[in-house]
Amino acid sequence: MAAPYLEPAPLLEVRDLRVLIGARALVDGVSLEVSAGEVVGLVGPNGAGKSTLMRAATGGRAGAGEIRVNGRALATYAKRDLFRILAVVQQLPEAPATMTVRDLVLLGRFPHLGLLGRESTRDLAVVEASIVRAGCEAFAGRTLGTLSGGERRRAFIARALAQEPRLLLLDEPTANLDAEAHAEILALLRRLAGKGVGVLVVLHDLSYAAAYCDRMVLMHEGRLVVEGPPTRVVTAEHIGAVYGRHVRVLPHPEGGAPLVVPAL
Amino acid sequence: MSIRDLGLRVAATARPRPTLRARLALAGIPLAALALIVIAVLASTQGAAAIPPWTATLMLLDRLPLLSIDTGASEAWQRILFDIRLPRVFAAALVGAALATSGSAYQGVFRNPLADPFLLGVASGAALGAAIAIMSPLPIDSWGFGWVPAFAFVGATVAVASVYLVARTGASVDDRSLILAGIALSAMFGGVTSFLLLTGGQRAQPIFEFIFGGFNTSSWERIAFALPYLAVGAVVIALHARALNVMQLDEEQARHLGVDVARTKVIVLVAASLMAATAVAVAGTIGFVGLVVPHAIRIMFGMDYRRTLLASALVGASFMIVVDLFSRLVIAPQEVPVGIVTSMLGGPFFLYLMRRRRAVGL
Repeated sequence: MAAPYLEPAPLLEVRDLRVLIGARALVDGVSLEVSAGEVVGLVGPNGAGKSTLMRAATGGRAGAGEIRVNGRALATYAKRDLFRILAVVQQLPEAPATMTVRDLVLLGRFPHLGLLGRESTRDLAVVEASIVRAGCEAFAGRTLGTLSGGERRRAFIARALAQEPRLLLLDEPTANLDAEAHAEILALLRRLAGKGVGVLVVLHDLSYAAAYCDRMVLMHEGRLVVEGPPTRVVTAEHIGAVYGRHVRVLPHPEGGAPLVVPAL
Repeated sequence: MSIRDLGLRVAATARPRPTLRARLALAGIPLAALALIVIAVLASTQGAAAIPPWTATLMLLDRLPLLSIDTGASEAWQRILFDIRLPRVFAAALVGAALATSGSAYQGVFRNPLADPFLLGVASGAALGAAIAIMSPLPIDSWGFGWVPAFAFVGATVAVASVYLVARTGASVDDRSLILAGIALSAMFGGVTSFLLLTGGQRAQPIFEFIFGGFNTSSWERIAFALPYLAVGAVVIALHARALNVMQLDEEQARHLGVDVARTKVIVLVAASLMAATAVAVAGTIGFVGLVVPHAIRIMFGMDYRRTLLASALVGASFMIVVDLFSRLVIAPQEVPVGIVTSMLGGPFFLYLMRRRRAVGL
């Protein structure tokens, strides 16, 4: 048996997770791990159970199975302690249109402050660092109502970074973004992983996911189909079985990452 | 992940330059406090017998411990200032502060700048309680403050509790169910109150006075009755100011920042309703203050509840003193009920804010 101190525990460990609604399993026996410094892409068609899995992993949905964050069972965490380690950027987060980006990011400090605590110099420094890290410095003083789609996503990622998380979960942070903004968000996640953050991200575009993720997890109808490096997950066989017969998989001309294109 | 792990060198002094609004908000609270004191002193000098403001100030300072000033004020002036005017000004300030704080908290919980402290039935419950007390054989005046405020308080509490119990499904409470239950129960209670008014004849006359609201029956005893409830409500809301800030985001995000949304909602609503119920018990149902004041404060002071709650309390207090002053001077020696004045002023102002809200996208 490997000594646990030689192999640090993964930041997120999901073992045989099962989430039921009535008799229907939304997630049916899925296991996955996310370690420090890696970007793991969670992909699959609509209704595959990706969002449900994300919700269960943050304690927002009860399920059978085991979920451990930073080596400790999820249920044993006090709320604030958990969200100092784990930050979530959900699908389409909302905030008042008149709130400035900086005020939004400041709210990310909430799990770190006491009941009456005023933000310390350090809190404000973390806020500024998170704004810079997420690439929001050009529009930090503007209100959310004035931002473009990509800027808005980055603002909410900055809010999550202000929690100083070791593990970052994002649910479709690139939905409805143009190609450039889409790539920028994924490049940002890569840079965060480079600083040691573990990233689990739900993505829809398989080509982008294959280009930016270290590992991918393909889900279908609540089950895990295949898991591993993009070249192993994004193959004509798997994609055809899960998505249908109208797609082809080609190697990217630069570097050979799999590209998913329509069949002509 | 710490800042250092983020790979960023951030000087400890790297602070955002405060925005104009942030600076206004910082200066705004001391200014609002100062304005409240000046308005309170001036208001207590006005009335049938005018006391010069300077004399009134000296008379007030004379009452402070360790200070003894020869004010040259007559015994009559002493009685007018300390037994009639000051309790009235004090009561107006407390009620204004309570309604505005309560409204601010309601707006935070419902994430709706147009929520008000009577949304969940406080006013209609209190009015029915007061109507029952007035129509019952109980003496109107007893215990120094009377049965009417006690019944009004119970009525308001019963109303909010019923709204909550009706709207609740299991452990969670849906905002929309709460508001709909509030509307339905308010209509029910209002119906019963109207029935009592119609069939009560001359005896029902004081019900009108309660519904229109006012401070002509204010006394130190009534203030002493109200203070503990207001203090408890204010402290509980203040402790949740930061959670209210986070709850301006959607509920899922608030949960992801470690806020127990359902629990915070219930605690803050109970505390805010307690404050509103107490205010109504003291002065009857005075509308629009709890809606308009916190709304205006949000526009001026921004959305940090640690500031907006305090600013709402201070401005609400000043506003109510001024409205009460207006209501006792405008057709003196007769008084216009305060509730009528706030409705006539508040209605148009509310419509203005509503139109403007669309323009600024609040």
